[in-house]
Amino acid sequence: MLDKVGIAKRIAQELKDGWYVNLGIGIPTLVANYVPTGIKVEFQSENGILGMGPFPWEGEEDADMINAGKQTVTLKKGAAIFDSATSFAMIRGQHVQLTVLGAMEVSERGDIANWKIPGKMVKGMGGAMDLVASAENIIVAMMHVNKAGESKLLKECTLPLTGTRCVKKIVTELAVLEIIEGGFKLLERAPGVTVEHIQKSTEGNLIIDCEIPEMKV
Amino acid sequence: MYKVVKNVDEAIQGIQSGMTLMFGGFGLCGIPENCIMALSKTGINKLTCISNNAGVDDFGLGFLLKNRQIKKMISSYVGENDEFERQMLSGELEVDLIPQGSLAERCRAGGAGIPAFFTPAGFGTEVAEGKEVRIFNGKPHILESALTADYAIVKAWKGDHYGNLVYKGTARNFNPMMAMAGKITIAEVEILVEPGELDPNFIHTPGIFVQRIFQGEKYEKRIEQRTTRKREI
Repeated sequence: MLDKVGIAKRIAQELKDGWYVNLGIGIPTLVANYVPTGIKVEFQSENGILGMGPFPWEGEEDADMINAGKQTVTLKKGAAIFDSATSFAMIRGQHVQLTVLGAMEVSERGDIANWKIPGKMVKGMGGAMDLVASAENIIVAMMHVNKAGESKLLKECTLPLTGTRCVKKIVTELAVLEIIEGGFKLLERAPGVTVEHIQKSTEGNLIIDCEIPEMKV
Repeated sequence: MYKVVKNVDEAIQGIQSGMTLMFGGFGLCGIPENCIMALSKTGINKLTCISNNAGVDDFGLGFLLKNRQIKKMISSYVGENDEFERQMLSGELEVDLIPQGSLAERCRAGGAGIPAFFTPAGFGTEVAEGKEVRIFNGKPHILESALTADYAIVKAWKGDHYGNLVYKGTARNFNPMMAMAGKITIAEVEILVEPGELDPNFIHTPGIFVQRIFQGEKYEKRIEQRTTRKREI
């Protein structure tokens, strides 16, 4: 079974040289720490950065340099700054090659719910709806089951949707899955996790059409 | 052409209860803190505020919330403050949540004379309810309308007497679009300079969009999430 870092490391293996990548808050943010050697990617932050770098050294924080999570960050050499309309032009116009974000639920059609729980305080969708509506390649980083032990990979999402038919791939603590016609295609198992365990934790249709390899992290 | 006003009080002259105001900023980054503070000392209320976020309890738009000066918030992400949550849950405060890219583009459209546009963001979600849907290139899009404001209040790093503005770092965010979308746009700047001192090649907001400009008395520039790396010794 993977921990959060493990999920981030596995997603980092999906990065391709030259890609522009938008990382959501939470596990997705960790992906930036595990970019494979020999590969160069630029991270886009939707509040207006291309070429986002690591957190600043202590004492070098700048109130005018934050990421979309409102954390102080730095710029890498060759970075660019722009306004919010330009930022979402990059996203909507499909100039960003990969979006990684978290989710509360994903359906077997690729619908995603990650912004609202009815009856609880609603904070808003931020940029998530724009990102999922337009990104060509969306990877969801999330836990396979919720705290009550219920599957988050469902036939139909029960929570209000963020976007429809948009998720391409899911990496959880148990597995790597791809959304194809008909459901969740199981691609890889996490180290030490059985196919039965994944099956039991997946409410939506799980497609297993070959021997499932253990992932290398 | 000369847009300079004496101080913040002169800058916010004419703002009245019930008006729609835009505030630049992302989180607490790039917010017009002097104007917000000055508004919080007036009795102006029933405001509709368009801003990506709604401040924190003791900073930014949180000041106006605490005084119950805001009737409605139009934002993409809110709830970083307890007072906001209390007012929203009790029904005192109306909240209209909009996808962030749609919010930015709606402001841009408002300033650019485009009354509405189609976007894929929000299709199939509750954001699309009641909105016209059309298929372009085989993909469904929803119709979103432009946003304008009685007053747009923005914050820049430097500005000149003609209202030309330069922003710094990620404090740019929503400021340029909102500057375009105000019937009257108020710009507060950290440094006010004479015309000619800013390089025309690097103006972010041309002065035509700005009606009033002043140098803010003091900038706290609070950091919402201070994240750092430890130095190895």
